[in-house]
Amino acid sequence: MALSGLFLVVFLGQHFTINLASVVSKDSFNELSHFMGNNPLVQFILQPILIFGVVFHFIMGFILELQNRAARANKYGSYKGSANASWMSRNMILSGAVILSFLGLHFYDFWVPEMNYKYFEVLPEDPTRYYEELVHKFVSPVRVGLYVVSFFFLALHLLHGFGSSFQSMGINNKYTPAIKTFTKIYAIAIPAGFVFIALFHHFNAL
Amino acid sequence: MNLTLKVWRQANTTTRGSFETYPIADVSPDMSFLEMMDVLNEELIQKGIDPIAFDHDCREGICGMCSMFINGEAHGPDRLVTTCQLHMRKFKDGDTITIEPFRAKAFPVVKDLAVDRSAFDRVQHAGGFISVNTSGNTQDANAITIEKHDADRAFDAATCIGCGACVATCKNASAMLFVSAKVSQYALLPQGKVEATDRVLNMVKQMDEEGFGNCTNTGACEVECPKGISLENIARMNREYLTASIKG
Amino acid sequence: MGTLNSNIPKGPLSDKWTQHKSNINLVSPANKRLIDVIVVGTGLAGASASATLAELGYNVKTFCFQDSPRRAHSIAAQGGINAAKNYQGDGDSTYRLFYDTIKGGDYRSREANVHRLAEVSANIIDQCVAQGVPFARDYGGLLDNRSFGGVLVSRTFYAKGQTGQQLLLGAYSAMNRQIGRGKIKMYNRHEMMDLVLVDGKARGIIARNLVTGKLERHGAHAVVIASGGYGNVFFLSTNAMGSNVSASWKIHKKGAHFANPCFTQIHPTCIPVSGDHQSKLTLMSESLRNDGRIWVPKKIEDAKAIREGRLKPTELAEEDRDYYLERRYPAFGNLVPRDVASRAAKERCDAGFGVNKTGEAVYLDFAAAIVRYGKEEAHVKGLDENDAQLVKKLGQEIVRSKYGNLFQMYEKIVDQNPYETPMMIYPAVHYTMGGVWVDYNLMTSIPGCYAIGEANFSDHGANRLGASALMQGLADGYFVLPYTIGDYLADDIRTGTIATDTPEFDTAEKEVQDRLEAFINNDGKNSVDYYHKKLGKIMWNKCGMSRNEKDLKEAMTEIKELREDFYKNVKVPGGLDEFNEQLAKAGRVADFLELGELFAKDALERNESCGGHFREESQTPEGEALRDDENFTFVSAWEYNVEPAKAKLHKEALNYEEIEVKTRSYK
Repeated sequence: MALSGLFLVVFLGQHFTINLASVVSKDSFNELSHFMGNNPLVQFILQPILIFGVVFHFIMGFILELQNRAARANKYGSYKGSANASWMSRNMILSGAVILSFLGLHFYDFWVPEMNYKYFEVLPEDPTRYYEELVHKFVSPVRVGLYVVSFFFLALHLLHGFGSSFQSMGINNKYTPAIKTFTKIYAIAIPAGFVFIALFHHFNAL
Repeated sequence: MNLTLKVWRQANTTTRGSFETYPIADVSPDMSFLEMMDVLNEELIQKGIDPIAFDHDCREGICGMCSMFINGEAHGPDRLVTTCQLHMRKFKDGDTITIEPFRAKAFPVVKDLAVDRSAFDRVQHAGGFISVNTSGNTQDANAITIEKHDADRAFDAATCIGCGACVATCKNASAMLFVSAKVSQYALLPQGKVEATDRVLNMVKQMDEEGFGNCTNTGACEVECPKGISLENIARMNREYLTASIKG
Repeated sequence: MGTLNSNIPKGPLSDKWTQHKSNINLVSPANKRLIDVIVVGTGLAGASASATLAELGYNVKTFCFQDSPRRAHSIAAQGGINAAKNYQGDGDSTYRLFYDTIKGGDYRSREANVHRLAEVSANIIDQCVAQGVPFARDYGGLLDNRSFGGVLVSRTFYAKGQTGQQLLLGAYSAMNRQIGRGKIKMYNRHEMMDLVLVDGKARGIIARNLVTGKLERHGAHAVVIASGGYGNVFFLSTNAMGSNVSASWKIHKKGAHFANPCFTQIHPTCIPVSGDHQSKLTLMSESLRNDGRIWVPKKIEDAKAIREGRLKPTELAEEDRDYYLERRYPAFGNLVPRDVASRAAKERCDAGFGVNKTGEAVYLDFAAAIVRYGKEEAHVKGLDENDAQLVKKLGQEIVRSKYGNLFQMYEKIVDQNPYETPMMIYPAVHYTMGGVWVDYNLMTSIPGCYAIGEANFSDHGANRLGASALMQGLADGYFVLPYTIGDYLADDIRTGTIATDTPEFDTAEKEVQDRLEAFINNDGKNSVDYYHKKLGKIMWNKCGMSRNEKDLKEAMTEIKELREDFYKNVKVPGGLDEFNEQLAKAGRVADFLELGELFAKDALERNESCGGHFREESQTPEGEALRDDENFTFVSAWEYNVEPAKAKLHKEALNYEEIEVKTRSYK
């Protein structure tokens, strides 16, 4: 969990960087997207690893959740979880599930058309098409709303998950407070950034 | 103080249990929680009702036998105490108090509030020791020097009383804090390093077989632990486990 | 039963144990596999004995009534464990530890046993460190020591205020290793109900599974009783709620003599009783007397004002305080032995100087220590030694690092901050020096039945010194019994497994079954605790810190009457075949009701003051205890004779070869 989680955290940072480019410059966004979409290393090695990482992370997450529920067959009549642990840490499965359903939407929006474009219909490559596709997706207020909600949950997920992965890998020492602070910043800044990009394009398109 | 107690009653491991409500009057704030239970039981006996079974022994917070889940928290609302050291001054007149056994698949209920924690013993049988003969023919105690900080941290880990509050309070019923406390104590001492690899692998294996849940680092165990055993121990065990797994 | 033979080996005192070990019979490793040993109890003595016997190759069956062996009450010992290591270079030696223990016991312990204890004490520390027991260490990485009452050297090893816990968990870990190997079969939540004799030898026990209520038969070639002391005969004590005399008492009824039952230790530093609901008393480690000063107000009107809440102890001027231990015993001051400190507290409170609502408490004050440590610390750090606030803060930090867990425990119970206001303490029953009579080999007067740890009587005489109980429990379990038991078992290598389908087991089980049924079917009106509390009151008031002939005689009569009433009117709810705590408790209280009477009889018989036993008839004009060596230098070993009042007294004379018997003085 920790390793796949951290891997996804790194991916998230990279994804964010490219998206941010769309705010700064249309051309560099198109350039980067083209590179990512057509470089064989990215397409045929990194992409499968990423997919494996995502699938592994959520399957393991669900298996762990099932095991953990089985470990307490009879529930408490009164259980004050808030007295000793954060909401985020207690509800990773919930925030995870929201993120997973968002991923479904996200794949439907971007990945499926992209795969279709490239590998099934084998349309001619246009290195400038990405920006328009992106902007187009953020026109719908419903989609943007879902996007915002999902990233709120991603922030909650990261707030616990990022720092927690260090503990799972056996790192808890004098640097831990620093790691925790960094976690907080990262967990809020990155999703907030994604939300900013979505809103930026949404309002620009109005 | 006058209180209402909602107590879990269950005749034995196989029957289903339910909550029963008992009023109790004239509770002194100086009483310990278990003394309040004694008073209740005395009343129940006089009324011909089977008294409530609960585990307890030393009543000074060190044996680890008392084990109640009070108002949604292991050992109740106070911090760094076992149920026997929880005093009634932590409650208010008119309160309703819910009292349940520690719940986990690995801790089946024996009767009412008493549970079977022998899973903890079995984890210790798997490796909670240093394999040294008890002949006394070892080297002189001062021949092994141990850095004070390591000795102190080993002691802190070793103060675990095996009460099971960590399991009871963890939303996953995970036993990681308990197991890691023992693994840490030995991992920090030169005497324990010799068989560190086998110890952590065997203890973790047994822990999993007992049906405890997984650690998701919520940190609830550390908060509810009556001895304040630190999460650092879990990280240390994770480290030991990773190293041991790689070594084989 | 034959006459008492203590089987002390011949030869010079310091060579007895070494020579004895060389001369006794051994069982070969191949034959040990054919021999079963039962151990009852998993405290320091029981756990260490189980582990060592199993390691030697015997098949061990170990029983405890708690849900895990780790719960045994040794775990609650706070202060430390003595050992003649002389790591501090302050003149300690095996002889000095031996001498201090004999003197501390007021010359009523068996010299050869105590010397052996002192000899093996150093091994215990080596053993425990090898097992990973985290004793306190100094910055050089070496073991640290502190000083305890009644001695002039620092020989006490400790692990903060949780030494007993760490030592017990060490022994428990040694047991776990053997349980994992299959050499110990552990029976948790099982209570020994009776001893089974075959041809006069201990050959097994009847045990009750406390979860299912079923009776079980267990055969063995020898039975070891390690079930601790009987302080709970007083109802209120620092013992655990489940601590009981039953295993010892059952073997007593089968022929084991019970020695010196009246030798009880009343510990001076316990948290005072707060009300009628009180179920147990909590000890504050004796180590606190290293830094705490004990006092009461000098003027009786101040004491009265404090009791009524009109005056705070911190408001009382230094010259209005009576540091009575420092006044009476200038050489040892606050570090006099426990019996002396307890009686002095009682004397002051009886005279009207007690300081809490009940008038039964004295102060244990850390203010001076906080200032002393604070100044030292300020000096070390180059800060202003005259800044009172700073000094106090630094001093409190040092005190916290030494006694933090004890201070926290006090605050949780009493709801007062002991860093700011003095602690209130009062003596409470803590340990019983008396117990099952054993010979040098730790065998009781029943062949094949042994008693170790607090359950036996041999090492502490009439008063135990601080940090000696842990030492004795582990010495017996790790280093004495595993050797001496071989001498007896060497004759059993051809016996074969002990069958349990014999008439002896049938009869024993039937007796137990009848006894339990009688309780369940009694349909009385009073709970078990009702009788236990009444017994405790009689014991505390008439057989407590100060005893006299009239009270003791009354106690005997009252206990007998209470016992008769108990059998008539006790009410035990629930059934036989279930988890029934009240039924288990009824059996234990029944045994206390017999022991209590023998206790009073023993105290009556011993018309002298020694150690924890103070007879008002035998005191000096200044009120100090007065021993009568001419008439009472013996162990009282009582033989069971149905009624405790009719128990038969056997005297084991105590001969001191190495030590000159002197008046004990701590002045």
